[in-house]
Order: sequence, then C-alpha cells, then structure tokens
Amino acid sequence: MTSNNTSTVQGVVKTYKLFINGAFPRSESGRSLAVKNAKGRVLAHVSHASRKDLRDAVEAAHGAQTKWANATAYNRGQVLYRIAEMIQAREEECVALLCATGKVTPSAARKEVALSIERCIAWAGWTDKIGAILGGKQPVAGPYLVYSSPEPVGVVVAIAPAEQPLLGLLSVLLPALAVGNAVVLCCGGPNPLIAATFGEALATSDVPAGVANVLTGKIAELIPWIASHRDVQGCIAAGLSKADARALELGIAENMKRVTILDRNTNLADPAVLHSPWIVEKLVEIKTVWHPSAL
Amino acid sequence: MTDIEYAPAPETVPVEIAARYGLFIDGHFVAPRSGKYRVTTNPATEQPLTEVAEANAKDVDLAVASARKALKPWMKLSASARAQFLFRIARRIQERSRELAVLETLDSGKPIKESRDDDLPLVAQHFFHHAGWCDKLAYAFPGAKLEPVGVCGQVIPWNFPLLMLAWKIAPALACGNTVVLKPAETTPLTALRLAEIFDECGLPPGVVNIITGGPEAGKALIAHDGLDKVAFTGSTEVGKAIAATLAGTGRKLTLELGGKSPHIIFADAAIDQAIEGVVSGIWFNQGEVCCAGSRLFVEERILHTFIERLKARMQTLRVGDPMDKNTDVGAINSKEQLERIQHFIKLGAAEGATQFECGGALPTKGYFCRPCLFTNVQPSHTIAREEIFGPVLSVMSFRTPEEAIQRANNTNYGLSAGVWTEKGAKALEMAARLKAGVIWLNTFNRFDPSAPFGGYRESGFGREGGRQGLRAYLKVDGR
Repeated sequence: MTSNNTSTVQGVVKTYKLFINGAFPRSESGRSLAVKNAKGRVLAHVSHASRKDLRDAVEAAHGAQTKWANATAYNRGQVLYRIAEMIQAREEECVALLCATGKVTPSAARKEVALSIERCIAWAGWTDKIGAILGGKQPVAGPYLVYSSPEPVGVVVAIAPAEQPLLGLLSVLLPALAVGNAVVLCCGGPNPLIAATFGEALATSDVPAGVANVLTGKIAELIPWIASHRDVQGCIAAGLSKADARALELGIAENMKRVTILDRNTNLADPAVLHSPWIVEKLVEIKTVWHPSAL
Repeated sequence: MTDIEYAPAPETVPVEIAARYGLFIDGHFVAPRSGKYRVTTNPATEQPLTEVAEANAKDVDLAVASARKALKPWMKLSASARAQFLFRIARRIQERSRELAVLETLDSGKPIKESRDDDLPLVAQHFFHHAGWCDKLAYAFPGAKLEPVGVCGQVIPWNFPLLMLAWKIAPALACGNTVVLKPAETTPLTALRLAEIFDECGLPPGVVNIITGGPEAGKALIAHDGLDKVAFTGSTEVGKAIAATLAGTGRKLTLELGGKSPHIIFADAAIDQAIEGVVSGIWFNQGEVCCAGSRLFVEERILHTFIERLKARMQTLRVGDPMDKNTDVGAINSKEQLERIQHFIKLGAAEGATQFECGGALPTKGYFCRPCLFTNVQPSHTIAREEIFGPVLSVMSFRTPEEAIQRANNTNYGLSAGVWTEKGAKALEMAARLKAGVIWLNTFNRFDPSAPFGGYRESGFGREGGRQGLRAYLKVDGR
C-alpha cells in the first residue's frame, strides 16, 4: 500500500453514517464498528445498524417504491447510468477505500472499480429491455389477447458479500433496482468503508430518496429480522454462510418472500451470470393479463 | 320467470374400476409396504369406488429411489425422443378423454360438463404444449447454462386432479427431470389411470412414479432428502410449513397456494357478460378453485341492480348429480370440505352479513352445498378474508377506482383478479395496479398452457405454464 492511499483515510478518522430515505442518520442504537488497517490501527468507524434501523429503512423503501416502479424504464436506466458516472468521478477515493484495510492491492482495487462501473452500465441498459426477455404475448388457444410482463416484487433487501465490497454491493443492488424495486442494501465484512460512503454517491446520482438505502453492520445479526419482516417482499444475497442462507430462507415460510441466494462460489467478475436477466427472476413477479379479442 | 325443468341426461360411458390399486413405482403397480389401503368414495353418492394403497415412508423411499435410478438415462435421452413420449401421452389422453372425464367426475364430484369440456382438453393441451418444449429449452433461456433439476417430489390437490397433475408432470418431464407425484387422498383414481397411459406409451420405468396416500405420505415425500425439488399446490398454511422444512437444504421449491381473489365490476361494464363472469368466477367447480373470484366488488351506484340480477341468475344454476350433463354445480369433494364450507357460511351470518342462497332441492345423498352469496360484508369479516374453497361469494362495494384497487389489494394473497369495464384505458390501468399473478379483464377463469399462472405474495411463487413455467424445472446458471 502506498502512503498516498492511506493518507486519504488516515487523516479523516470519523464515524460513517447510514443512508436512509435520502438522509444520513446514525444508527438509532448508537453502536458503531471500528474499521482497522493491516497494522490494527483504527481508520474509521461505521454505524452498526440495528433491527430498528432495518425497520426504518424498509419503511422508507415502501414509501418510495411505487413511484420508482412507475418511473419510465428509460428514466430508471438514466439514474443507474448516473451511478456509473458518480463512481467514475470518485474512482481515486474508491480505490483508496478498497485498499484501506490492507487486504487488497491498488491494481486489484482499480480492477474492481472498473468492473463496478461496467456493472452499472450493464444494468442501466437492462431497464427498458428486460420486459421483452422475461415477458411477452402468449399464443393461447382462444380469442384472447394475453400478455405476461415482469413487475417488481416491491421492497427487496440486498445483502452484499464481504469480498470485493464495491462490486459485491452493486451486484446485488443493481438488478433489484433495475426492475423497479426499492432496496435496503445491507453490507458487512471487514471493509465496510466503501459501503458506508456509497450512500453519498447515491445521494448525488438522482436516485430518489428511499429507493436505495444503505445499512452497515453485521449481516448475521440482521438476517433473522430480514427473514421475519413481513413488509419485505424479496431478498437477494451473496456470500452467505450456510447457516445464514438457511436463516434467510426461513423468511419464505414467514411471508413467502422471494429469495435469491448467489452461491459462495459465484465469480462476481463474471458478466455471463451477473449481467444476465436470469438473475432477476425472483426479483420480479410475472403478471399475466387476459382480455377477450372480438368484434 | 317460467320454471324450466330439465329431464335427466346422465353420462353413460362405462368406466372400469379395479377392486384395488397399488402404488405405481418403477413402471409397475406394486402393493404398498405399509400393507394399508384406503377406500375412495364418490362424493355425490357416498358410495365406495375402490380402495387405494396408502403409502408410508418406506414406500416413498422406494419411489424416490426409482425416480433417481431413472434420472440419468432420461436426461441422456435425446430431446426429440423425450418429446415423442410427451406427444404420444397427449394423444392418448385425447383418445381416452371421455373415460378420464367420467372417472374424474366420479372421484371428485365435479360436473361432467366441466371435466369433459374444461379439465380434459386442458390436460391434453398441457402435455402437447410441453412436448414441444423438450428440444427448445436453450431458446427459452438464451445465454444461460441449463440443466434439469433432478428428482422432483410433487404434491397436488383434489380440485383439478388431472389438470394439476399435468401442470406438474408435463414441464418436469419436458425439462428432463423424473418425478414422484402424490395425488390428493380423495382423488387418486385419474392419476393412477394416467400411470397406465404412461406405461402404455412406453415411458421408461421410474420416470414417473405415483404414490397415493394421505398426509403421512405427503410429509414423507416433501421432506425426503433424495429429492432435488419439491412442487406443491395446496393451502398457504401447508405451503409455509413446506418452505420451513426446505430452508437451507438446497432443494428447489415452487408453491401454488391459496387465494381470496377480487372480482371488480364497474358501472360501465357490459353487465350481462359481467354476471356470467361472476358466476363462472365463484361457482365454477363448486368454488373449489384457488383463483376463484370470491370477493366481489361492485361499483356502488349499480350495486342493487347488479345483485338482483345476479340472484336471478343464481336461481337458474342446476345443482346436483355431477354425472348429469346439465348439472352446473356438482358435489363438494369430501365431507370434511363440506363441513368447512358450512362452518364459514355460519360464521358469515354470525358476523352480521346477509346470506342469499340458491333454491331447489338437493340430492338426499352426497356432499352438496347450495351456491350462496353474502351482502353487507365488511372487509374485516372472516368470509371476506379467508379462503373458503367453496361456492360462497362475499359482496362488497366501492365508489372510485382508487378505492377498488385499495380494497382489492388489501389481502395477503395475490393469485388472480377480475375487472369488468368497457373503458380500455381503465381496464389496463387496473391490470397494472392490482397485485395478482393473473388478471382477467372482461373475462374470468381462463387457462392455457402457454399463459403463466401463479401468485404474488402468500399465494405462492413460481409460475406454471409458458416459457416462464419452465423455470421451475430447470437449473439456470446453476440456480
């Protein structure tokens, strides 16, 4: 790690806040987690989100979801593209934050940022095309016009993997946003700094308040509350342990949440899987509409 | 109105029923390890039809092992060969459809008119549709890596015994899976007859195994660790228990569960057609339909006249012998279900709603229930919230489209919704805003193998039918 990279964070030891409903509150619990560099020195603190913070974020997401879903797909695409622009503009800061804990080389961090921007662009382009892939007119045996189309499930909790924190959080966040869901993004892992600052990029990316909310903290602690929350319609998660995956799947039994779990072996860098429309199948509902067709 | 008396018009096609049926495992009918049999009766007469094996955990083991053994050769078979089996099965169902319809009606109590004109044509079409998918799966999910899921455990309900079987088995086989299917304990006969057809069509042993029995067999199948996937159609309560059982196992799951579907009538609807839609929506198959339009919302300014006309139409429904070709409403599937429906009807009256029911005499034997509707229903009433699965309609009203949407969506379910209006833009906006997997505009209860069917929210997840329905039986990019 170069001294240049560490200086940007070492000089600014602060507590990063959560991002809920377009604002930056501290955790209502008052808790925070220390983020340390390779030598064990505290670089910063991040808010340690509680069950109540999760509830607030879900409520904010509910308030924002309908409007986001009703925005034109063209509009949603432009907003996601704007996220790419904001990450590009903050490239140096992103690299520094990814390197801050001393686990990642600057070249790996740079590669991760480049892949992250590609991921944003890919999903920005999907918003007005995914309906053509997942839906369509159905050739029924009768005088009816029948069409099926994907609709957002509603509020989705996206759980980011610990590894490759920027690419990871975008991989679970963007597919959910692209199809019109409002999202509560939960980030844990040893380096939550990028997640903790990601709200700032969102706040300046024309993402309407409440559409994307970011919580930092301990994933395992939040999972039972995510699973049991009856106003969460879907979850997408990557990097979960077996026990956490099971705990999340129990949420299906609670209110029939739609749960997508990306296997721990999933290669986050692979666009064949992570830019594919098949990843959003449980983030949408297929609605089929019938109408008679006759003179 | 003049009385119209119909002379009896009984369906007379004779259908052979064996004295006893075993389990269909590995291509043969075998005696159950349990040594137990259960009598299955005709709900319209309460007369026993035959006795059917009662599978236990041991039997389930054998069936799952048979499906596992059959999986590799079935997966390796060319797609075209798989298609040929399914096409042939579809053809044999068409050829034997009268026999199957009669058997379905005898075992389930549904009117012969419906099993003959609705169930059986859809069953054959479902196999035919999926036969064609076998060699086209790669085009259904372009760019993805596809594999069959593996061995599927499928548990189906008693309301559309053969149709639910077709919805489960046809896509599973088309995608290269093998199955163990358990029909409902009160309606096992047509599934066993279809096993004979599978055998007759030369389907390799073990590709389809049919085990009969009650909840014990169902639970043993669903929890079996030799399965790769579970598909269930039935109640939300059982569906949730299954989801909890499967959490963390890595086995795939699709659920098609209950509903309390709204049926919305605007003042600008074509009223005569809307009346027919409401009748089909709640009294088709005695209301024993997961997507039944059991909550009727009528725009307030036509409420009175609409209900009067609906009541008049109700009086023309012929309730009785399901084997009579004129019968509109047959027998309730079982004594247990009849008692459940009667419990809800009592509760409706006790909670303050006003009941109106069809007149006319009911047969003295058998499980019959007069179609009825309740007015003065509040959204908080039990009959407006819980799935009854019977010929009971709850009528409410609304003033504005916003109110209709809000009240219609005020449920944990989301299987279907119906809307009647002659205004195109209004119909389409309603379709967009109702939270349900199937929306019927100016029609109701339409089904087709190419049109995905399935619910939002607690009505389950996954779709059956169409390209989207294949997803339940394929691993796409390893998931």
